[in-house]
Amino acid sequence: MLKVTLKTKKILVPIISILAGFLVGAIIMLVWSYNPFQAYVSMFSSALGNMNGIGETIREATPLIFTAIGFAIASTAGFFNIGLPGQAQAGWLSSIWVVLANPNMPKVFLLPLAVITGIIAGALVAGVAGWLRAQFGTNEVITTIMINYIVLYSCQYLMQQVMSAKLRIDTDTTKTITANGSLKINWLSSMFGDSRINAGIFIALVAVFLYWYLMRKTTTGFEIRSVGTNAAASRYAGMSAKKNIMLSMLLSGGFAGLGGVVQGLGTYQNYFTQTTSLDIGWDGLSVALLGGGTAVGILLASLLFSILKIGGLGMQTIAGIPYEIVSIVIAAIIFFVAIQYVIGLLFKTKKVQAIQKVTKSADTDSDSAVADSTKTQGGQN
Amino acid sequence: MEDVTNVIEMRHIVKDFDGFKANNDINLTLKKGEILALLGENGAGKSTLMSILSGLIQPTSGSIKVRGQKVNIKNPTVAKDLGIGMVHQHFMLMESFTVLENIILGHETTKGPKLDFKKAEKQIMALSERYNLNIDPQKKISEITVAQQQRVEILKVLYRGADIMIFDEPTAVLTPQEIMEFIQILHGLAKEGKSIILITHKLEEIERAADRVTVIRAGQSVGTFAVANVDNNRLAELMVGRHVNMTLNKPVVKIGKTMLQVENLQVKNKQNVAIIKGMSFNLHAGEILGVAGIDGNGQDELVRALTGLQHVHSGKIMIDGEDMTNRKVRQITEKGVSYIPADRQKYGLILPFSVSDNLALQTYYQEPFSRHNVMHYDVIHEHARKLIKQFDIRTTSEKLPVSDLSGGNQQKVIIARELSSNSNLVIAFQPTRGLDVGAIEYIHNQLLNERAQGKAILLISYELDEIMQLSDRIIVLHNGSISGEVRPENTSDEELGLLMTGVKKEGSALA
Repeated sequence: MLKVTLKTKKILVPIISILAGFLVGAIIMLVWSYNPFQAYVSMFSSALGNMNGIGETIREATPLIFTAIGFAIASTAGFFNIGLPGQAQAGWLSSIWVVLANPNMPKVFLLPLAVITGIIAGALVAGVAGWLRAQFGTNEVITTIMINYIVLYSCQYLMQQVMSAKLRIDTDTTKTITANGSLKINWLSSMFGDSRINAGIFIALVAVFLYWYLMRKTTTGFEIRSVGTNAAASRYAGMSAKKNIMLSMLLSGGFAGLGGVVQGLGTYQNYFTQTTSLDIGWDGLSVALLGGGTAVGILLASLLFSILKIGGLGMQTIAGIPYEIVSIVIAAIIFFVAIQYVIGLLFKTKKVQAIQKVTKSADTDSDSAVADSTKTQGGQN
Repeated sequence: MEDVTNVIEMRHIVKDFDGFKANNDINLTLKKGEILALLGENGAGKSTLMSILSGLIQPTSGSIKVRGQKVNIKNPTVAKDLGIGMVHQHFMLMESFTVLENIILGHETTKGPKLDFKKAEKQIMALSERYNLNIDPQKKISEITVAQQQRVEILKVLYRGADIMIFDEPTAVLTPQEIMEFIQILHGLAKEGKSIILITHKLEEIERAADRVTVIRAGQSVGTFAVANVDNNRLAELMVGRHVNMTLNKPVVKIGKTMLQVENLQVKNKQNVAIIKGMSFNLHAGEILGVAGIDGNGQDELVRALTGLQHVHSGKIMIDGEDMTNRKVRQITEKGVSYIPADRQKYGLILPFSVSDNLALQTYYQEPFSRHNVMHYDVIHEHARKLIKQFDIRTTSEKLPVSDLSGGNQQKVIIARELSSNSNLVIAFQPTRGLDVGAIEYIHNQLLNERAQGKAILLISYELDEIMQLSDRIIVLHNGSISGEVRPENTSDEELGLLMTGVKKEGSALA
């Protein structure tokens, strides 16, 4: 077992996890007689080897940054928001709708209006689950999962039944949005080999900074972190758990909604019927966990995810590996990243852990503290 | 030459936790039929040593002999087979089971596939009579007192055939009368040939119960003494490693206006059962009001109601002349109430946060710590550095997570935060729990300082000594009401003990 400091461990564990994932992916490919070396070369060359690939990789990472921030904010407050797909979807449809309904509005008004509408839509969807939890203590895992389904099919209903037929091409696809509501930047696209990279990445970078600033520098962030770390002590310090749950859920949903907005106004330029919950929601969750919830971590993890996704396409077309094997390899890498905890067991952290161990075993006090606190709790209930 | 009268010989015991030596060359011998006290501060290594003896952990080095035989106690089963039994500080009993069921649990006598309760009951009754434990095996644990529950734990150990018994801080939960009875039981056990180790940090108990005492300090044995040849002051010095001032300097302070007035307070739990059943008292500036009582008689609910954490069903809480009944926590704090919670790690601190953050936990939202929703960490750190110096908090940096600090220093962080605010009412709930003598001394002096500055202090504690030393007046809680009010100079441990069990004081003027 290696002894390292906590900081070193925080950096080493994700890196080793990723490498272990690639190794297992290689073994899987070897078993089915594919050349892993060739496969990985084609993965990286298609994701990062030319300007178009880089542009697409950045484009793919953009919505993940938003959904990951959304997940991280809720998770910091102790709230497991797995309703990101629904929140993102609400942001996507609503922003497209606003643009389609106002084709003649000048860009300076229309684009911000559409973006803000998407944020609000995502926040409202998340807010429902937040309100239920704050008011009735409802388990948010259940409510957010179920709300995903509600949003999935409500969006279909809204588009097919409520949206004016003039805004649609057919029942499953809207018209393409006009340039005054698009995040597309022509010179940027052509700089990156006509890829779909768009202004979303700039908003994402601002969002990463805002997220860091919110959590680390503001009073709101301090309260969210406190409530999420020790709800009991935060209550004793006069913080309102209800207020912070609501607030963090609204923020979380707002960021997830933005993820949907860049998908709509940036990548696809329209909305079309979704048959399953949005991938960017689920991937955002993984990105946030892989990035350890930190601003920089989320940025790096979203890039890794998009490299795998875009590079996976290259593995199929260049190295000729079937889609199924590519999916397994990608899944193996993400799997190893997800079980970081196990990799973490290979390391011992210096000092901090040692002190805790000593207080746990050498001190009657800590035992009695645990026992007493359970007693106290029992008394309150 | 081996001395066969030694039932236990622990030699040069070392236990190393990642470089921290919790036990560093400890020697301990236990003679047959004696009561040996193991004295040491919290964290001195008592529990580690006893965990080694009961097979819960393995020593890094050193040897253990039981009845002259070298042994390797590699798990608790080995300890049990060697006849070593431990009565834990926190009982391990099932509330809804009977005494009998609890005792035989995990050690059942069976007749075919059936439990043989009759045979077990007979054995237990015999043990109970022999050691004068006076236990009804058919009663449920929830129906008997804490002292009786402790005897059930003793019976459990005896039933499993132990003749070496370890008691971990056994008197912490008992009233003075119950402590007397408990010591009688200990003497009875020793007379029947049981060898007993009594873990404690209470000096007068050693005087009354033990034959010899082994003192350990910072993981090392300081020495073993015959109790008859050593006095309490000497023992305290040996335990702490320096001279201890056992008497507190408590100057006369002029009593000021009423800071806290509680009128006919009723608090109910979630099942709508009244936990506090009409309680009235008041507390003045410059006064320490001690709240004595056995754990679980309404202390938690009283504190939670006063601090705004629990709904008050009826009655009134007036703080500094203003009705603060059922106000929000923050409104109460801003009215000038400081609060030192009983469980510092759960309620008082956010452990992964820095010392600075924890010192600002009550004031982070106010200027100059934060302005327009932006935290000013330079101010927060500077504030922390000032308090670290003023309150002598031992830490290498204000940016260190508070979890890295020792228990005593964690408590100092809370004390510094709560006493540095401009409060005029301090609610201190078990402020010295689990701390070593030095830290206790420090906190007691801080509370007396606050009193001298004219603050009103409500001290809720399960430690009678603490209540007696610090309080100007004492109220005793029993079953959610006040069973009596006394002054420390006119009362005795015995009288307090009676009040704690609900025997009302005759002729006392109860509000």
